[in-house]
Amino acid sequence: MSTPLVELKGLKKYFDTHKGKLHAVDDINMSFYEGKTMGVVGESGCGKSTLARTIIHLHEPTDGQILFEGKDITYPNRRELHDLREQMQIIFQDPYMTLNPRYTIEDTLKEPLILSGKYEKASLDKQIIKLMDMVGLSGRLRMAYPHELSGGRRQRVGIGRAIAMNPKFIACDEPVASLDVSIQAQIINLLQDLQKDFGLTYMFVTHDLSVVRHISHDISVMYLGQLVETSPSKELFLKPLHPYTKALISAIPSTDIDHPKERIQLKGELMSPIEPKPGCRFAPRCVYATEACHMPQKLEEVLPGHFVSCCRVRELNTDIL
Amino acid sequence: MKEKEFEKKHDHREHHHHDGHRDGEFLSVKDLTVEYTSGKQVVHAVNGISFDIKRGHSLGIVGESGCGKSTVAKAILRILPDHGARIAGGEIWYKGRDLVSEPEKRMEHIRGAEISMIFQDPMTALNPVKKIIDQISSVIRLHNPGMTKKEAEEQGIKMLRRVGIGEDRVRDYPHQFSGGMQQRVEVAIGLSCNPDLLLADEPTTALDVTIQAQVLDLIRDLMREKGTTLLLITHNLGIVAEMCDDVAVFYGGEIVEYGSKREIFKNPSHPYTIGLFGAVPSLTGEGERLKPVEGIMPDPSDLPLGCKFHTRCPYATEACSEGEVPVVQLGGTHYCQCHNIEAVKAAQEKEAAK
Amino acid sequence: MTELKKVPTGGKPEAGVREKKETQLSMILHRLMKNKLALTGGIIFLCLCLISLFAPLIAPYDWSAVDPVHKLMHPSAQHIFGTDQFGRDIFSRIVYGGRYSLTLGVASTLFSTLLGVVVGSIAGYFGGAVDRLIMRFIDMIQCVPGMLLTICISVALGSGIVNTVIAMSFGGIWGTARMLRGQILTVRTSEYVEAAKATNNSSFRTIVKYVLPNSIQQTVISACMGIGGAISGISGLSFLGLGVQPPLPEWGAMLSDGRNYLRYYPNMLWAPCIVIALTILSISFFGDGLRDAMDPRMKD
Repeated sequence: MSTPLVELKGLKKYFDTHKGKLHAVDDINMSFYEGKTMGVVGESGCGKSTLARTIIHLHEPTDGQILFEGKDITYPNRRELHDLREQMQIIFQDPYMTLNPRYTIEDTLKEPLILSGKYEKASLDKQIIKLMDMVGLSGRLRMAYPHELSGGRRQRVGIGRAIAMNPKFIACDEPVASLDVSIQAQIINLLQDLQKDFGLTYMFVTHDLSVVRHISHDISVMYLGQLVETSPSKELFLKPLHPYTKALISAIPSTDIDHPKERIQLKGELMSPIEPKPGCRFAPRCVYATEACHMPQKLEEVLPGHFVSCCRVRELNTDIL
Repeated sequence: MKEKEFEKKHDHREHHHHDGHRDGEFLSVKDLTVEYTSGKQVVHAVNGISFDIKRGHSLGIVGESGCGKSTVAKAILRILPDHGARIAGGEIWYKGRDLVSEPEKRMEHIRGAEISMIFQDPMTALNPVKKIIDQISSVIRLHNPGMTKKEAEEQGIKMLRRVGIGEDRVRDYPHQFSGGMQQRVEVAIGLSCNPDLLLADEPTTALDVTIQAQVLDLIRDLMREKGTTLLLITHNLGIVAEMCDDVAVFYGGEIVEYGSKREIFKNPSHPYTIGLFGAVPSLTGEGERLKPVEGIMPDPSDLPLGCKFHTRCPYATEACSEGEVPVVQLGGTHYCQCHNIEAVKAAQEKEAAK
Repeated sequence: MTELKKVPTGGKPEAGVREKKETQLSMILHRLMKNKLALTGGIIFLCLCLISLFAPLIAPYDWSAVDPVHKLMHPSAQHIFGTDQFGRDIFSRIVYGGRYSLTLGVASTLFSTLLGVVVGSIAGYFGGAVDRLIMRFIDMIQCVPGMLLTICISVALGSGIVNTVIAMSFGGIWGTARMLRGQILTVRTSEYVEAAKATNNSSFRTIVKYVLPNSIQQTVISACMGIGGAISGISGLSFLGLGVQPPLPEWGAMLSDGRNYLRYYPNMLWAPCIVIALTILSISFFGDGLRDAMDPRMKD
């Protein structure tokens, strides 16, 4: 395969807490290919949002490497960061919280254009109208404040801000989680249209598995800061290999009333991400856990493009592997 | 297709009303209308809806925010805000009594002992200065007067474990829990009353899928063991498919389509219902483009005339923008409030053939 | 694309559609105008200020003119609030007294708010050790009851207008600082500041455009409310004989004078009481309205 647009090598992000180091993102390897969407799923607290924020440098990585177009950008200097921010953008979950309440839509969309210094004053207006049109906002809402807009429209403003500088990579952090179903679908369609038109690369962080299957080409499953499985999106749903992925997929409520699913029950509590023990972090809740699971696990390519981090993956999936 | 007003449907159950011991009609809502007033504005949150649930059965109310679905549950429990909200008309028959005219004293008893509600926002329902275990065991003791404190605590711990909260956390205070955990505590408290009727307003929206699955299983167990009746309010069609016998689709404070789960899921007939299904990504399909309803929900203080949905409806005709919209019975228990059911059906079939 | 067409509704104008940008200031004023209580409060306070400003035109007598013949009179047509123990017209003294009371109140609030903003911003923005140091210092000062602190400073510095302002404002700095710091800390970790960073805003620009406008609201309002408190505080100081000294007609000082004649000449007490109450009440109403009006999420 070609070189990925963004590549993560052993990326780590730890936070200091008064109880010790919180391993929010622990040794993540991931590749984002141009024009494709990588879905990152996991339950709350698994570090998926932290991962997104670390990649676009809202957090400083603790260890590991981030490569952009093959270049190491783990610790950029000011100048490099300024340029990177135009290449790598983020769309947040709650557009209400991420829009400055004292900015009009125009102010919000204008800001990245002005700060880039690449646009002349005269062309700004035209650019903003074009941008609003691209994200499906009518020009008559130009002077509206965020509180005057519905949730869906606010998210369109958030998307407009992200694509204003023509970035190549956009991290979408639960962009539809706070929206109603029909608005959610409208936004998903918009994101897909933009990807088609501009060849955008998405990292799509979500806890909603049906959405992630719909929008992603590949999916990575995270559990407590670690990557447990990466696979082409449809394959993950047909042949989930990691016990956690299996449980996750079996838990999705399905609208298929003819074929009710067999559900895999998970036992026990989440382990604390503060100073965790080595080994598979899912082991305490896993029915298949053995002694070997408490040793550090390694991500292994078991099928083409399908990576799993589980030492028992072969013996548990004899029908597939 | 037979045209038949909703009224017809009520006729056959008229004689049940004053007979609380019949298993047939457990909860029966008739022409319920709820209004909010803020300043000079009148918000028509619920506009003359009717439905009923048999004992031990479950009804799912589906709709998007602002469609009035939460208001229904609050009206049943009579916990609408004191100022500005009122039940403007209709009846709520519960075990042979009309809750709309029931004295407040009696309602207090019903709320505590027979109907319990799980709210969407857990922080409003938990007491911030009491330990989790004390909150749940006091509820359990309220319903089992003979129980000792110790027994109640044991039962509480058991209940909390079933929603995935370990024994080491039960002596914590609500603020020490994450939002998802608070929600689970609330579910545990709501279920530990062994209610006759459970009103669940988006009970799992804030939860992760695996925990959501646990909570739904818990509710299902309760229904099976105690014969609890469930009114489930949600926007998630998957949850309705798993949990409910009947479905009511809400839009603009009205029920636009009503029927058994099979009728609604196999033959969605209202353009809005079709739009809802079109907005949910499939777990098996090839990733076709989603086909949601376009536009946004109208402001409930400013609903359009005629069919409330006509402003967003791709099949709307002249007739839709004025007057009453007929309720059509499509067979069995399947009702749909639309002028153009056949045209919509034909368009759908054409689309599918393509 | 998908959502361009106008969303049809029953006929209400659509929110947020306007030709020209409505600035924050004009929005705040617009909302304030609609709030009758706040408007009344603002107008009353403005009138009080104007009356003090044009005192020579309004007061029928000289505030210091002693008239032994007409001392201790009850309210009458000549002296609508009566006269005091030296025969001075109480109404005239109140009209002039506003100059001292209002100026002192506004000045000490302004002073304490400005210093509070500086201290609070430093603590909130730099965080870490600086923050801890400042906060512990504030904790220490706030251990001492506010009025006691003010009295101590007042005693140490002596009476007089400038000293009173210093004594009054010193106590007010810390509350403001602590509040602003808290606001800055919340706003600083809020998602829109994160978003500002992601769109390449410099930290200075982030503070000026994002953090301050969204955290200063509380401070402006509490300053507004603080004026009322300061006026009553100064009245209290004068009442104790520490603030503005006689014969200056400060309202609190007048109150202190009136105390001795409470039994037979209550007008000496209630006259200044009424204006003090009126001032504090009007500012409270105004400040309350301002809080609502300044909330950007407030619907019109």
